[in-house]
Amino acid sequence: MKKIIKSMSCISIALVFTFILSACGDSGNDESANFNKTKTVNTNPNGLTDFEMENGIGPVKQKLELGAIDPALVKKGEAIFVQKCASCHKLDQKYVGPAQRDVIKRRTPEYIINMMSNPEEMYKRHPEAKKLLAQYLTQMPNQNLNFEESRAILEYFREVGK
Amino acid sequence: MNNPILKKWLLIGASFIAVAVIYFGCQQSKDVVSGDVASQVYVAPGSYDEFYLFASGGFSGQIAVYGLPSGRHFKTISVFSQNPETGYGYSEETKAMLNTSYGFNPWDDAHHPEFSMTDGVPDGRFIFINANNTPRVARVDLSTFETKEIIEIPNSAGNHASPFVTENTEYIVASTRFSLPIPNADVPIASYKENFKGTISFIHLDPKTEMMNLAFQILVPGFNYDLAHAGKGPSHDWAFFTSYNSEGANTLLEINASQNDKDFVAAVNWKLAEQYVKEGKAKTYSAEYYRNYYDDNKHLAISTKNNEVKVLDPKDCPGMIYYLPTPKSPHGVDVDPTGEYIVAGGKLATVIPVHSFTKFMKAIEEKKFDGEINGIPILQYDAVVAGEVKDPGLGPLHTEFDGNGYAYTSAFISSEIVKWKIGTWEVVDRIPTYYSIGHLCIPGGDSKSPWGKYVIALNKITKDRYLPTGPEVCQSAQLIDISGDKMKLLLDFPTVGEPHYAQAIPSELLMKNSKKFYKIEENQNPYKTGSEKDSRVERNGNDVHVYLTAMRSHFSPDNIEGIKVGDNVYFHVTNLEQDWDIPHGFAVKGLNNSELLIMPGETKTTLWKPTKLGIYPFYCTDFCSALHQEMQGYVRVSPANSSVQLSYSLGNTEKK
Repeated sequence: MKKIIKSMSCISIALVFTFILSACGDSGNDESANFNKTKTVNTNPNGLTDFEMENGIGPVKQKLELGAIDPALVKKGEAIFVQKCASCHKLDQKYVGPAQRDVIKRRTPEYIINMMSNPEEMYKRHPEAKKLLAQYLTQMPNQNLNFEESRAILEYFREVGK
Repeated sequence: MNNPILKKWLLIGASFIAVAVIYFGCQQSKDVVSGDVASQVYVAPGSYDEFYLFASGGFSGQIAVYGLPSGRHFKTISVFSQNPETGYGYSEETKAMLNTSYGFNPWDDAHHPEFSMTDGVPDGRFIFINANNTPRVARVDLSTFETKEIIEIPNSAGNHASPFVTENTEYIVASTRFSLPIPNADVPIASYKENFKGTISFIHLDPKTEMMNLAFQILVPGFNYDLAHAGKGPSHDWAFFTSYNSEGANTLLEINASQNDKDFVAAVNWKLAEQYVKEGKAKTYSAEYYRNYYDDNKHLAISTKNNEVKVLDPKDCPGMIYYLPTPKSPHGVDVDPTGEYIVAGGKLATVIPVHSFTKFMKAIEEKKFDGEINGIPILQYDAVVAGEVKDPGLGPLHTEFDGNGYAYTSAFISSEIVKWKIGTWEVVDRIPTYYSIGHLCIPGGDSKSPWGKYVIALNKITKDRYLPTGPEVCQSAQLIDISGDKMKLLLDFPTVGEPHYAQAIPSELLMKNSKKFYKIEENQNPYKTGSEKDSRVERNGNDVHVYLTAMRSHFSPDNIEGIKVGDNVYFHVTNLEQDWDIPHGFAVKGLNNSELLIMPGETKTTLWKPTKLGIYPFYCTDFCSALHQEMQGYVRVSPANSSVQLSYSLGNTEKK
């Protein structure tokens, strides 16, 4: 009888904890909750929309109109790249991160901006970013680029990738 | 109930209920007011505290920041003492913050944090704190939680009655605990009564630059000035200072300064004093003192030396200062939210005297004086006192207000907080504290509109309250709920250093302004390295400047050769990160200094003087990334006469 009671008390404690855990999952603002919400509108097995698969997850949610390459913007982008990115990225050499000269040929412009602006979420959710993390082992830091800054860096990549 | 099985079942049921109660309590903790004390202080993991508490670190010279109601410790702000955790006072950029007219001063005793105020309410811009030993006042910026400015107070010793602010932070006050010859002089100590004077100082805060400037000092009789508070509302123009040792004792004050039945609260009309300065009534005294300012764009402290100060003598300035007789060696002086009542804590008195500002004004008008000292009129006690709180506990020290008509006074000797009603002066509640309470704090409790939810007891002695830790045990704070009629003890928590005074403010007033990182584009440090491309090593005679960059997870350069024994090696480390909560640290083997802790976008410098040849590793001291343990480098140190050329590199890229 004692044994039964002991196991009963174990079960009751386990139940209580399950209850707490499941209840705490209802807070509605953690990562997994967001993940689940997105999932309902997903169209592919990675849990991302087709747009996100091709263009990444981040501030850019539709295709950009880029126009001709703007030399002033290229110059601005180069300065930002040198200051905030070049510790880890060279143009023609694999370094802490991948060589960037041909990034514009590998990724869509929208993907490049989303990856620069939102690396944490990209590493968690996007299969391409996950692959890169497995290959390079170090996460790209968030350098808190605003849209104008990341747009300028994109222009620099368009120029050097010509 | 003798059935053990039944007992077990009851236990299981009870544990179920208990956990359920905790769970529901956690979900609804903001609303629940129940007998469950734990739920009132429990802040669930990942949730925020309702208030920030800034407690002085006393003889640690720092300020410690806690959350309320949890009592969790968030940060220690480096102020008057070197801090090896941050490199404050050790790095080349921050050493100048500790400059004084007595040279570099790596320590002080910090007592009273005080928020900047607008319209008599804490506005969340700054918190000020005093240095007691080598008189100074510091201004801490509440967007960065870093010390922004320190000004030295000349003609002062024991800067205790400080740094209380006027209603719109027009002035920050300071005064002498120890009187001195002014200017200081080589005189017999026994000539105290003849030669020693006190000063009351007013530091102006420039509303545009937000910088401090010592506007003027008032010469006062050689008593010990103890604490202060500025008026508000009707008493806006006034500031009040307690004094003791009106006996003028210079030895065995324990006995000799406790002879008189009454000492004084000095009431200073700072508006009038300001006017007298404008009219040229002040004399200029030569006085050496420093002002140290930390420039957030240069990431650099700059010291300037001042050589004179304006001094007002009450004899030349009628109406500027009065003495309110107050029993007996008063300590705290606190002004109620309406600005009408001035409460003095007479630490040896059997009552708490409460002066009325209205009666004070009337007594001046009707000239109800009882003599004067050095040109300062003494008012008649009965003409200014509004009432006395009887039986206030032994050793009443400080009073704070809840904004609902009640005052709370700490009583040191009887270790309790006494709650009394303003106007009727009757004691309505009391609660023991553990032990020997000094100051107490209600959020906004010295302002025009307190957030009267808690009172925090700041205790000097804790023996038997915590696990013993040898002869030195922690000081502590106690959180007490004052939302009901009866005070209710909720929580004990240990503090860093001695929490003399503390102030608390709703979190929402600070959170929104909290800085996350410094923009690298705005960094104007003369030794900044703006990109890894510019990282380099330069020799200038025996001085070697290493312009080092830090980025997860490497330094550039990370191999340095050609350093020689006897060189002065300056490591200027720029953190190129632009993300919140990613500082990098730096230390090199044998460094006779603290580490550097470099915030994102900052540049910090440490000086290393290698004395022996060999290979010296350096590394990042603040865990920054998965490859933090890879974030390292080497310096080769050769003999002084070596021909090894200066060179530096990173990866396979030779940089020179």
